[in-house]
Amino acid sequence: MPSYLLEIIVLLGGLVLLLLEAFTSPKRKSSIAIGAISVLCFSLILLFFADKGFGDENVELTRFYAFDPLARFFKLFTIIATILALLLALDHRKVLSKFTANPGSEDGTGEYYCLFLFACAGMMWMASAKDLVSLFVSLELTTITSYILVGYMRRNVGSLEAGVKFLILGALSTGFLVYGIAWIYGATGTTDLALISDRITDQNSTYLLFGLALILISLAFKVGAVPMHLWVPDVYQGAPTPTTAFLSVASKASGFAIAIRVTEPFLNSGTELASKTTFILAILAGATILFGNLAAIPQKNFKRLLAYSSIANAGFILLPIAAWQTATDELTSKQVVAFYLTIYLIMTFAAFFILAVIHRNTGSDEISAFEGLGKRHPLLAFMTAIIIGALAGLPLTAGFWGKFLAFKTAIDAELWFPISIGFIGVAAGFYYYFQIIRAMYWRNSLESDPIEIRPIAFRSIAGLTCLVVVLGLWPQPIYWLLQNIS
Amino acid sequence: MSIILILIPLLAAFAILAGLGKAKSIATIAATANLVLGLGTVFCWKASIWDLSWEVLSKPSIHLSLGFYDGMSLVMVILSVLVLFTAVMSGKCPEGREKLWFSSILFIGAGGLGAFLSTDLFFFYAFHELALIPTFLMIGILGSGDRKNAAWKITIYLALGSIILLAGLIWLVSASGSDTWLFDDLLASSISTDAQSGIAALLIVGFGVLISLFPFHSWAAPAYASAPAPVAMIHAGVLKKFGLYGLIRLYPIVSTGMQDWLVCLIVLLLCNILWVGFVTINQKRLDMILGNSSVMHMGYIFLAFAALIEAGSFEANPLAKPAAVVLMFAHGISIALLFMLTDTIRRKTGTVELAELGGLAKAAPRLAFLFGLAGMASIGLPGLANFSGEVLVFLSGFNNYDGGCLGYVQTATILALWGVVISAVYMLRAYRQTFQGPPVSNTSSEKVKDFGPFCQIPAGILAISLLIVGLYPNSLLQFLDEPEAASSETEQASK
Repeated sequence: MPSYLLEIIVLLGGLVLLLLEAFTSPKRKSSIAIGAISVLCFSLILLFFADKGFGDENVELTRFYAFDPLARFFKLFTIIATILALLLALDHRKVLSKFTANPGSEDGTGEYYCLFLFACAGMMWMASAKDLVSLFVSLELTTITSYILVGYMRRNVGSLEAGVKFLILGALSTGFLVYGIAWIYGATGTTDLALISDRITDQNSTYLLFGLALILISLAFKVGAVPMHLWVPDVYQGAPTPTTAFLSVASKASGFAIAIRVTEPFLNSGTELASKTTFILAILAGATILFGNLAAIPQKNFKRLLAYSSIANAGFILLPIAAWQTATDELTSKQVVAFYLTIYLIMTFAAFFILAVIHRNTGSDEISAFEGLGKRHPLLAFMTAIIIGALAGLPLTAGFWGKFLAFKTAIDAELWFPISIGFIGVAAGFYYYFQIIRAMYWRNSLESDPIEIRPIAFRSIAGLTCLVVVLGLWPQPIYWLLQNIS
Repeated sequence: MSIILILIPLLAAFAILAGLGKAKSIATIAATANLVLGLGTVFCWKASIWDLSWEVLSKPSIHLSLGFYDGMSLVMVILSVLVLFTAVMSGKCPEGREKLWFSSILFIGAGGLGAFLSTDLFFFYAFHELALIPTFLMIGILGSGDRKNAAWKITIYLALGSIILLAGLIWLVSASGSDTWLFDDLLASSISTDAQSGIAALLIVGFGVLISLFPFHSWAAPAYASAPAPVAMIHAGVLKKFGLYGLIRLYPIVSTGMQDWLVCLIVLLLCNILWVGFVTINQKRLDMILGNSSVMHMGYIFLAFAALIEAGSFEANPLAKPAAVVLMFAHGISIALLFMLTDTIRRKTGTVELAELGGLAKAAPRLAFLFGLAGMASIGLPGLANFSGEVLVFLSGFNNYDGGCLGYVQTATILALWGVVISAVYMLRAYRQTFQGPPVSNTSSEKVKDFGPFCQIPAGILAISLLIVGLYPNSLLQFLDEPEAASSETEQASK
């Protein structure tokens, strides 16, 4: 089965649900979310039968679209992340409906679920993009959808402000991207990434480096890395929580998917350009880790803390890309990125589910809202402690493996500067993540009512926590997922 | 099979958290079972039934591999089960906090046991970190004094230390070119001399922070002083030995690189013994004296390690490793006993300020006797375990001395001997202030009761272990010279 059918199914599913939404009564808007989840589950099953892209007979389209193990992995990743985001949206719809049309009724929440499908289709396409043009188009489909997702709570000032910030910076980064593509096209005469590495010469390498730098800036916006990281805290804090989770996982992952695609020809070229690219990436990784971790220390708001932690994680994921490894006797850089992102998905969604539960019960995202959780709901507090430990990178949780493998790849490549910063970052991480644990157990809350958790949230948190523990002891299943990526 | 030793405390901790029964009884049963099983292994630790190896990730190849790697693992496991058992039995849990109290103790104990039983470098490192969150919570919530700062300090220090250590370990494995992280494969490989020096530095600093090597020691004393007694017992008695165990275990791979840092290490360990020794003399509180003394005594074990570095291999200085191991065991037992008795004093009199104590021996003769025994052990009185260890350390320092000019290690040994005097000064003074002289209002016999027979069991077990190892050091040493005996036997056979 050709894999592009998957994108078409998701896109059509989104359109049909959007149509149906108009005829759904306000009380039953959540059925749209369930429909969207079913569409995604259906395409998830079909993904296992997909075996080719456009096929050999369609040469012109094959140029734009690849279906290799990397694409398969990122499609799988995107679909799962979108399903989790939709589950979170279902759990979070009471809060969402407060700030949409007709506050209090779920009148205006239906389209929200459909938008995830469009973004998901764009990201799935991004995973397959192997030409700068298709890369740009798929990226825009995702980004434009994300603007709406961020500013969706239109009666909430924070959400609107976040939407505007995101729009302006997003447009700027799009400009950088197009400009960079133009330079690369001008220097090599092609937008096909597979052809670029052969066309690197001494004459055009300066122009290429400039073009690549522009593209990297725009990708840094996408993954939330320095120097385009300043939008992250404000947008993450203002956006509806499901959007934040979606942005910080799925959007970041597809950003890394195309970052790999774009930098690969340069890093594999074996020219002087390769070492310059490595240098730029190493600097970006170091600066991102440093900024994310240090700026997280004084945070008092958990959502904002997660935003900084997401910047820090982007830095850790850049590390293996900078330490470009292609030898197959160890994990390659692409595999390490995929490994890290898989674990990151599990931990981050668990953290956002917890945040949503806390928000619904206390009406606040502050760290102080966690106070006394150890007494109010011991099981939730225990699971939160595990997730926080995983985010901090404690061994025997899944979170450790990601950081461990990223560092291992970097140490094999002897990138000492970002590594030393990375270790400082991890140590700082212990401090700011442990503040949550401190709030939960050291302090007592004024409130003593038990915390109420809905079944969706509870099952998701429990499932993700179990995954964190099991994969912490036995990460081989993740390896099975990505062993074909070369 | 050896996974059972880790699983018993872990499962018991989860059972306690899930509320499956009375926390104290579950913990006591689990710790007793572990003690029996752990001591039982003495007779059959070489049997392959204990080994377990399960590949958890194929690339890089990492195994959950457990078993007794050599006699050193066995001694550390015995130490862990002994201290874990007594830690569970001693101390007084505040009302309503039983779950946190007992499950944390069991988690910390399981972490230590896991580290010493691992025969794969990855899990050796990973198990040690299991203790981090429970320690943070126990000190932060149930500690005394300036508990919050102490909890943050120990957590950040240990996290930083272990992350530096991690860098060293990854570098070590990647430089060795070994396919797996198993000790067997690693110790069979070799590392280029260029890389060794850097790796050795990271290992010394990383492990050094965990062992409280000078100048990374300032977390230890306040943390132990404010930690609840069981946590201080396990941490000072068992977990701190993790770093020394790791240094000795990994030493053969980086033996050349360690040479570069010998002088530096000797200066630091002398600071541990002398500087911290003088700091200890100046302390006014019993718990701070013990906390600092435990930092100080790490210097002696480092001295054995320095002798090992100077000699260049285990064979060249056959005394160094047994010396370090015996002293680790002895120190672990004696400091655990001292922390336990200090906590008893705190509960009976309500204070550990030396100025507010006195004449306790009259009201509590049994307590005074046990404290005296443990204190004498910690000074190094002959007949008690620490003496065997310290004598071996000093002998190992002079093992390769050829009668000429004194080397670095010999000079350090001579200076370190003064440490014994220092510890005699502070320990005897603490004993006199606490137990001798006229009773003060806190310690009058109407207020203070000697502890009953049930509380004596854990203390008695520790005291008896001190006596056994002190009077018959071969009880431990027999496990340690096994490989050499085996190799000399094969040599003889080949001749």
